[in-house]
Amino acid sequence: MAKITFQIGGVHPDDSKIARNRAIEVLPLPQTVYVSMAQHLGAPAKPVVAVGDHVKVGTVLAEPGGFISAFVHSPVSGTVKKIEPRKDIAGNNVPHIEIAVEGDEWEEGIDLSDTLVREIPTDRVAVLDKIKACGVVGLGGATFPTHVKLNPAPGSKAECLLLNGAECEPYLTSDFRIMLERSSEIVVGAAIMQMVLGGCPCKICIEENKPEAIKAMSEAVAELGYKDIEVVTLKKKYPQGGEKQLIAAVMKRQVGSGALPISVGAVVQNVATALAVYEAVQKNKPLITNTLTITGDCIPEEKQHNYLFRIGMPLSYIAEQAGGVPENAAKLISGGPMMGKAIANIDAATVKGSSSILYLSEAATKRGEESFCIRCGRCAQACPMGLEPFLLRRLYAAGDLEGLEKNAVQDCIECGCCLYSCPANIPLLDNIRMAKGQVMGVIRARAAAAKVAAEAAKAAESAAK
Amino acid sequence: MDKHIVSPNPHIHSAVSTESLMRDVVIALVPAIVVSVLFYGWAELLILAVSAVSCVLIEWAIVKFLLKRPGIFSPGAALVTGLLLAMNLPVSTPWWIVLIGAVFAIGVVKMSFGGLGQNVFNPAIAARVFLLVSFPQQMTNWTAPQGFVALPDAFSGATLLGQVHILGAEGADALASVQTFLYNIGGSAGEISALALLAGWVYLVVRKVIRPWITLSIFATVAIVAAIFHAVDPTAYTGPLFNLLSGGLILGACFMATDYVTSPMSNWGGVVFGFGIGFLVMMIRYFGSYPEGVSFAILLMNMTVPLIDRAFHGKKYGRA
Amino acid sequence: MTTTLIWTIGILAGLGLLLSVILFFIAKQFKVEEDPRIDEVEKVMPGANCGGCGFAGCRAFADSAVKAPNLDNHYCPVGGDPVMKQVAAILGYEVKAKAPMVAVVRCNGSCANRPRTNIYDGAQTCKIKAALYAGDTACPFGCLGCGDCVAACQFGALSMDPKTGLPVVDEQKCTACGACVKACPKSIIELRNKGPRGMRVFVSCVNKDKGVVARKACSAACIGCGKCAKVCAHEAITVENNLAYIDFNKCKLCRKCVAECPTGAIHDINFPKPLMPKKEENNG
Repeated sequence: MAKITFQIGGVHPDDSKIARNRAIEVLPLPQTVYVSMAQHLGAPAKPVVAVGDHVKVGTVLAEPGGFISAFVHSPVSGTVKKIEPRKDIAGNNVPHIEIAVEGDEWEEGIDLSDTLVREIPTDRVAVLDKIKACGVVGLGGATFPTHVKLNPAPGSKAECLLLNGAECEPYLTSDFRIMLERSSEIVVGAAIMQMVLGGCPCKICIEENKPEAIKAMSEAVAELGYKDIEVVTLKKKYPQGGEKQLIAAVMKRQVGSGALPISVGAVVQNVATALAVYEAVQKNKPLITNTLTITGDCIPEEKQHNYLFRIGMPLSYIAEQAGGVPENAAKLISGGPMMGKAIANIDAATVKGSSSILYLSEAATKRGEESFCIRCGRCAQACPMGLEPFLLRRLYAAGDLEGLEKNAVQDCIECGCCLYSCPANIPLLDNIRMAKGQVMGVIRARAAAAKVAAEAAKAAESAAK
Repeated sequence: MDKHIVSPNPHIHSAVSTESLMRDVVIALVPAIVVSVLFYGWAELLILAVSAVSCVLIEWAIVKFLLKRPGIFSPGAALVTGLLLAMNLPVSTPWWIVLIGAVFAIGVVKMSFGGLGQNVFNPAIAARVFLLVSFPQQMTNWTAPQGFVALPDAFSGATLLGQVHILGAEGADALASVQTFLYNIGGSAGEISALALLAGWVYLVVRKVIRPWITLSIFATVAIVAAIFHAVDPTAYTGPLFNLLSGGLILGACFMATDYVTSPMSNWGGVVFGFGIGFLVMMIRYFGSYPEGVSFAILLMNMTVPLIDRAFHGKKYGRA
Repeated sequence: MTTTLIWTIGILAGLGLLLSVILFFIAKQFKVEEDPRIDEVEKVMPGANCGGCGFAGCRAFADSAVKAPNLDNHYCPVGGDPVMKQVAAILGYEVKAKAPMVAVVRCNGSCANRPRTNIYDGAQTCKIKAALYAGDTACPFGCLGCGDCVAACQFGALSMDPKTGLPVVDEQKCTACGACVKACPKSIIELRNKGPRGMRVFVSCVNKDKGVVARKACSAACIGCGKCAKVCAHEAITVENNLAYIDFNKCKLCRKCVAECPTGAIHDINFPKPLMPKKEENNG
């Protein structure tokens, strides 16, 4: 099959998938877990348990705090010890529920067997409710609540479900491992989402550097025989796994500025989300586990792992299980090296979207000394949104919000290609992110003002009648 | 490590740095330098050495003592300027004129605008033009000394473009041949071999150091303009092949016009920039009082870069 | 030759004349009538265009002040009372006297007091650092030390102390325009009453963590113990979210709280006599 990719920009970092041959291992339970109330995009969840309560695995700990929010379930059985602020990976205070682990007792109704449940339910609303009740969020990075994304606003129709198995970030191998080890479950999950979206075709998108996953997924698709599901091979290019880039690569369509993928008929879901959907709908299992890679350039392959972890395990605990933080690691990252977050606090708890602990050596990660822009234009060549980072940075320094908006700073997806490719080590993205925040603020304020004005006009009109 | 590093993403960086880019440009210049030294001998080596060493030293001194910001010193960029300046001078240039050129290129054209990345004009080209108007006699003395390799038909006195006045357009056209593609004595030292220059350019394009659009646009414009005029009156106007191969066109199009700092950022901007250079070169060659106009054309177009950058942007995702 | 010269001069002179006539009429046609008092007010303003008053510059301030019914919402912090009196005289308004203020840095998390826990390697501005994470110490509230406030100050009143890693306010130069207050993403800098002869007492900490956590992060942190509030006879001190705050309008500068504070988070400035004869550095 012809290999496809997106057209605008992109970079080719070395993929460094060192942990690719390490099978997924299940981590033993720690003594205490800390469950964050802010592990999804949107409003934090509101705790529904009290200190001293006994909880089982799967017990609801917190309910959604808004429309865009999600349920949080207990990943362990035990006693609720504290409900108080605890520091997250950035060192900021976030409400956490602390649970002392006692045994491993699961809530009733959760199917713990290995049997593959292949029949796809047909009641759309019931399935959506199940996905919501199980606290499923997008596991590709943004942790957007899945039930919201699978239920597009009336008037918009899904034409294609893109299952994102690109895993274009270097080092990370968790998606690769689940595609290899749990292919059938992912395909069933995809078929469920397909049904929810009204039976649109589904394309499972995998980059060419993962031939084993392509093979395993193709076999699972053929064996399960659902309608309109196919595996698509993509060229290796970062950020292929970005929602907008994936749509451009596979569907040859571009999502307009500020619009959602559904506006061009696309719904993009990560393969790990498909697995979570499968477990939620077919097994009644809430999202309390995920897969995470321990990797980096400063540890040998045998010390790298792919772990199935319970959400709420502290990162430091997982690191200990893998032999501790290596001496020569200069930077610890949660997520990939291009878009991941640097870990400022290793004692922070894992969240639904945790995908790795990445150890990078000083040579690999330390930023070079900043020098002058030589106008080489590499940042603009690399930008997958076709923006001009050199210009945006200059406009931001000048405080020109109007110019920034005109030059589409709000379209930035923060993929890091500009800073990655800048030969002068200019902190382009650091500045552009700030500029984007300011411009988004202006745009939101304008939209709110327009809304108020429209309502006032309406009120005046009805009063006149 | 005791304390770990924290920074915003991305956490890795490509191996390309300002110095590695400059190193690639120096590597790309090697073939042309080797050919010119072979044909021109010690005199050419002296010019290259004086120009390169003085450019690097002057930049270092200005950064260190005048701007007092040693962190911004880029020896690679200064070396490239030095080599390009040397290649833009006739081999017979006295060393002290080379030195004046280096002082002008780095001190006036580059550093007075703020240094690396800030200059409006290409330093080497601006210095060449400065020397050309200041020392017209020395700068148009094309006598070639004996090099390390004896030439079958060495001649001296006038450049290929100068021959137009002697031989007429038709006679000059006849000079454009395979031989002029390989080596072409007379003119600035770096212009000697089109083949060597193009080899370096291809290296830069393949390594993705530069994009090919500016150069291709210049070549295309020169070829088309020359073809039209030549078709109208072959006796008055030289043809496309002659114009592509003669003078500083290849050196200018491959190495001077593609200078990052003084060329547009976008691909289409580069095409427009190249068109402007090509057109101006042909106008100067056909109607100007100087036989050659590549330097003037590049300098003039350098001035338009901010305007071009304003008008041309790359294609944005999801926007018409 | 001479004719060319004459022609050139003639054409240029004619062109100049023509354009000046055109300009004259355009200027007349589009003349904007402005209240002459705007110019007068602008003249007495300091002319720093710092924006400390909340307007885009001194002219914008003057323009708004002339149109306003009173001067309640107009105060130039840089010029202070003397300038405001002049403005009031021009416009015929009353103006309430305001006590002079000064910027106060409410963080004492120096390198010695607050150990660094990681190394920051991003763009060196507080704004970007604050957006990324809590900072390179265990205190998520304290000074980030990249000097956004220093860059924001137009009067050269702020500088970073390389020893402590904290900004220092030069009281002589500070005009209390508030630019640093706006620039600080952690809201550490506050405008407080300058106090009689510059004497003032304040809590040099904004940490809202529980006492144990705050103390562990920084030895000079306010741990919210409330001893200061108890000892204060003037009800000037409130403790909220594990953090004490001294209301400068109520504080009588008795310095009982300073003596009581177990971590030294309460600072007293410009007092002639040291509180305790032993600790002379408190008199800084």
